[in-house]
Amino acid sequence: MGEQRKAVALISGGLDSLLAARVIQAQGIHVEGINFFTGFCVEGHTHAIRKRDQKKEKRNNALHVAEQLGIKLHIVDIVEEYKQVLTHPKHGYGANLNPCLDCKIFMVRKAHEWVRAKGFDFIITGEVVGQRPMSQRKETLPIVSGESGANDLLLRPLCAKHLPLTLPEREGWVDRERLYDFSGRSRKPQMALAAAFGIEDYAQPAGGCCFLTDEQYAVKLTDLWRARGSKQYEMDDIMLLKVGRHLRPASRFKVIIAREEGEGRFMQGYRKQYPHLETVSHGGPFALIDGDVDEADVELVARLVARYSQGRNADQVEMAFTDLAGQTRSLRVRPMQPGEIPREWLI
Amino acid sequence: MPVIRVQNAVESLPHGSRVEAVCTDPGALNDIPAWSRINGHRLIETRTDDGEYIIVVEVVHGEAS
Repeated sequence: MGEQRKAVALISGGLDSLLAARVIQAQGIHVEGINFFTGFCVEGHTHAIRKRDQKKEKRNNALHVAEQLGIKLHIVDIVEEYKQVLTHPKHGYGANLNPCLDCKIFMVRKAHEWVRAKGFDFIITGEVVGQRPMSQRKETLPIVSGESGANDLLLRPLCAKHLPLTLPEREGWVDRERLYDFSGRSRKPQMALAAAFGIEDYAQPAGGCCFLTDEQYAVKLTDLWRARGSKQYEMDDIMLLKVGRHLRPASRFKVIIAREEGEGRFMQGYRKQYPHLETVSHGGPFALIDGDVDEADVELVARLVARYSQGRNADQVEMAFTDLAGQTRSLRVRPMQPGEIPREWLI
Repeated sequence: MPVIRVQNAVESLPHGSRVEAVCTDPGALNDIPAWSRINGHRLIETRTDDGEYIIVVEVVHGEAS
């Protein structure tokens, strides 16, 4: 009996990576999953914190896929290293701030490092030639293999028949005849293959899995970089860009106002890191202030937040402001009227 | 992300130790139990307390599938 070969599959949580791993499992290869956390993943997180998304299952689909496959999943935090990918993409951005090609190269490179460190034999991805306009084209697939350093250790089971032989195929660890020739944007072949494997529960491929492809998110991130004078960000910044209504009354600070209870609860987790406001006299949103504020700014922000409270039509609303030292004080303010909020404040 | 912090904590802890994760993201109520099942660790408890989600996992080394 030959040596048990081992592959690591990049698991995003979508159908393609699920199928790619399943196809290789079916050939008797030991497969484990790897999932990279950039901080920009849509998966699970925002679905969970927004009350209006309660119909969506509060689950991380990468974990769900691993459980379906019966494989281990190694979640790797690449938040720090990913900053360079996002701020200086060699191959540029897609429609928004999505550096898809650089991102794929980076993730395959990290998977290659992992394979070498753990004694695995090759890497699997769910890429399909022609499926994505930036990173999954016939011209770009070899760039991913080459620039990542993985070269012929990278096997794409769903479209392998369109591509040159890889090491696992040449060595006979994997039977090329049992791989696939999918191409283009149609999802029908994947859905048919899922059905053949008896897989019915998988994430629907709608809206993408990365906030960087989202136009509104990209606008907020661009605003953050402009306000700071450089393309810098921390984990807290990019998490908070996913929630709340963002308004920037001045270049030195912005206000993040929770849109509903779930967001407010999530944002309260940041209450020790940011000055914040709560509505005392009426039902109202929780709000964080990101940046430097003086006394006049606090009053202005209080009036702004009061505008989004249930006291918006009251003569006065009582607000509680807590500074970074944890000192809380009360303010009575007149809520702003709609005409008093300049459109350019809204990010 | 809470599940990553649990994963990293568990790596350095001996068999039988317990990790308590206190989270503000309700998604952790699914993620951490799923991660525990996949990797063979034992889920001891999940509960919600004043807007926080608390998950306790017991580390199991050497029995993971």
